[in-house]
Amino acid sequence: MATPTIRQSPPPARNWPERMARLAEEARYPGLRQFYEAGCVSPATPLSEVPMVALDFETTGLDPNQHSIVSIGLVPFTLGRIQLPGARHWIVRPVLPLEQTSVVIHGITHSDIQEAPDLADILDELLPALAGRVVVVHYRAIERPFFERALQWRLKEGIDFPVLDTMAIEAHLHPDRNPTRWQRWRGKKPVSIRLADSRQRYHLPHYPGHNALIDAIATAELLQAQIWHHFGPETPVDDLWL
Amino acid sequence: MQAELIDIRNHLQQHAPFDELPESLLDEVAGSIEIAYFRAGSPILEGGERNTWLHYIRSGAVEIYRRSGELYNRLGEGEIFGQIGLLMGKQVRFPAKALEDTLVYLIPDDMFQHLFETQDVFADFVEVEDKSRLRSAVSRSTQANELMTSRVSRLIVRAPVTAPSTVRLQEAARIMTEQRVSSLLLVEGSGDLEGDLVGIITDRDLRTRALTDALPSETPIADIMSDGLITIRSDAYIFEAMLKMLHNNVHHLPVIERGKPRGVIALSDIMKYESQNSLYVVGNIHRQQTVEGLKTVSKDVRASFIRMVNEDANSHMIGSAMAGIGRSFTQRLLEIGEEKLGPAPVPYCFLALGSMARDEQLIVTDQDNAMVLDNSFDPEKHDAYFLALAKFVSDGLAECGYTYCTGDIMATNTKWRQPLSVWKDYFTDWIENPKAEALLNSNIFFDLDGVHGKTDFAEQLKTLIATKARSSQRFLALLARNALNRTPPLGFFRQFVMEESGQQAKTFNLKRRGTAPVSDLIRVHALACGSRSQNSFLRLQDIAATKLIPADSVENLRDALEFIAIVRIRHQALAMEEGREPDNSVRPEELSSFERSHLKEAFQVVSQAQKFLRFRYHAQVGRQFQ
Repeated sequence: MATPTIRQSPPPARNWPERMARLAEEARYPGLRQFYEAGCVSPATPLSEVPMVALDFETTGLDPNQHSIVSIGLVPFTLGRIQLPGARHWIVRPVLPLEQTSVVIHGITHSDIQEAPDLADILDELLPALAGRVVVVHYRAIERPFFERALQWRLKEGIDFPVLDTMAIEAHLHPDRNPTRWQRWRGKKPVSIRLADSRQRYHLPHYPGHNALIDAIATAELLQAQIWHHFGPETPVDDLWL
Repeated sequence: MQAELIDIRNHLQQHAPFDELPESLLDEVAGSIEIAYFRAGSPILEGGERNTWLHYIRSGAVEIYRRSGELYNRLGEGEIFGQIGLLMGKQVRFPAKALEDTLVYLIPDDMFQHLFETQDVFADFVEVEDKSRLRSAVSRSTQANELMTSRVSRLIVRAPVTAPSTVRLQEAARIMTEQRVSSLLLVEGSGDLEGDLVGIITDRDLRTRALTDALPSETPIADIMSDGLITIRSDAYIFEAMLKMLHNNVHHLPVIERGKPRGVIALSDIMKYESQNSLYVVGNIHRQQTVEGLKTVSKDVRASFIRMVNEDANSHMIGSAMAGIGRSFTQRLLEIGEEKLGPAPVPYCFLALGSMARDEQLIVTDQDNAMVLDNSFDPEKHDAYFLALAKFVSDGLAECGYTYCTGDIMATNTKWRQPLSVWKDYFTDWIENPKAEALLNSNIFFDLDGVHGKTDFAEQLKTLIATKARSSQRFLALLARNALNRTPPLGFFRQFVMEESGQQAKTFNLKRRGTAPVSDLIRVHALACGSRSQNSFLRLQDIAATKLIPADSVENLRDALEFIAIVRIRHQALAMEEGREPDNSVRPEELSSFERSHLKEAFQVVSQAQKFLRFRYHAQVGRQFQ
């Protein structure tokens, strides 16, 4: 299959290695500087050689300016293997609006949150787990903006990095996913690009549990499937990262 | 393990052998896993490459091949592969390919070795190479037995000795003596290898026919030649030659290559390949002069059965060998009976029914038989003779361990000792005016084989069935409905389905719930496609040829039948080795986890096949009785 590119318009024509190098010079927080110094692969690197890390946040809502991160799951992987021994999961204490005293997140209890560390306390474990790897998410409007906002709030400086977005890839593969009124009348169903629905198209199994780590693993598996079905191991990472 | 990996651990926990590991250990396994996705059609393991991972199928399906490229096994969710290589030199022994989009959990070698060394259930499960424990894999057993891997051509030591078919008795005897052969092939024309093969004459023919009857030396050889020449192709397996000899009670088979005779193989050639020999038992049966003698020989039958099991024979071989032995007992009893009572007043054919006719006989078996008499049969004049003969055979068989049929399907029953015309009416009525109840009892007659006398009568009945059955939709529908009465015990692992019999509580019957439902449903398809075969495996070949059911369903069904049958056979062999009386009742805890998980799959295949049968023949299920 030809290699489609999935850049949205206008393309964010960023050279990620250069940008990471510049950010390394600007960063003040040492952990952040080390993260940038680890750099990232060159744009021409074939997907088969890219070290990646799937990252998933559970949050109290969808707006990074109003809501907080509750849990973080990640798993390092390559096109060939998802490495569970390197998998990590943290619950972090969210900053809740005054009127709200509890969060409803599947599997996380009130006392889990009470005892949880602040994000700042785990940064020195989290950043090295991401360093040198290309971050993979399902729906890039969550992890990067929430991370950026959380660090701005705590360190007075944000964070940036390239991401591969499995949802954007699905959106690209199904440009006509919302049928017209006419097509709807004829019985055509919209194509869902949500994580669980996208996985079904590649015959990936259903994971009944819901937590940030299982979703990160699910995202990593989905990217492997997408690459094997639509792109191939030789595709340069530059074609997919955003 | 991160607590969040519980989904992964839970999946492992649902599948053997992980289901029997302690939870804390499973947590460690889950935490050590790496995951890989394989698109349908892509290779997972390639022959000879290094592999240090146990592969566990999380979703999808995988095909395992032999190095030769031949399909070895097909695996699905929750099954493992790669373990044999891990136990032996970390090299891929069986290449694997994704049949569907497949997600694999990979367990590292050090974890595998840890499980193998510390967990007996795990070791038992993966150690397929350990003969004493798991003599189970269907395909492996076929590999081990030389009878099944060597071709007939290997047994040929010299070109066949031939003569023109016009040769006289004395000349034939002279050639055989001169060439020191025990058989002579008779060909058309000048007698060289280019002529068409028309017959064979053996030492035994010369003894039993020429000498006993003191025939003149100028008798044309064609007069004493066996009719209905039985031959074998040079590329057939030795075990097929064995089956042919057993089935037809012949000691020599001309070997044919491209239509021309290439050699002759004798019983003694095959004997070398099989130590405690079912053929030897057959030979011994035919030498006995009394019922008492036959009874003595019958004690060797069990030893021969156990030996075949230990030599990894497959169920087809064992079933055929046991049926061959049963047939020989019947034949010899009829011969002795005819000596006592005098020759039969009119021609007749003695029929074997059920498992003996299907070549699927095992140790625990009763006798099912019948007599087809010539149409000139006159009950007033002749029936006393045939009743006496039938009774002699039936009592003799009972002496030799074949218990009387509880359903009274025996030639001693007047109803099943009738002229050919009446038999034809029986079958026509069963097929053209079918009634579910009546068919239930007559099912067994649709597996029939002539074992003695005018076997052409049996062939006529087979022809009648093959032509009529396929066009009677109502007959097929009712037969299918009856075939659905007995279901496989699907709740095998969770709520075990037990037979409700006081003495054997907590067991299930491997015949009633296992092999019988399979042979029942195969019979329906076979009749629907006009097959004349009786054996279930041969019927499956006929079914596959007509594409009545999809090719892979046929293969699955064959594997399922083979596996269930071989578990049943081993269960019987084990009982006899331990000095117990063999039966068909199995307690689940007697089975290894390997057998259990494969049985479960086999039962699923049977259940699927039953669903298809219901759909294909519009069979409404009547009542459920098990």
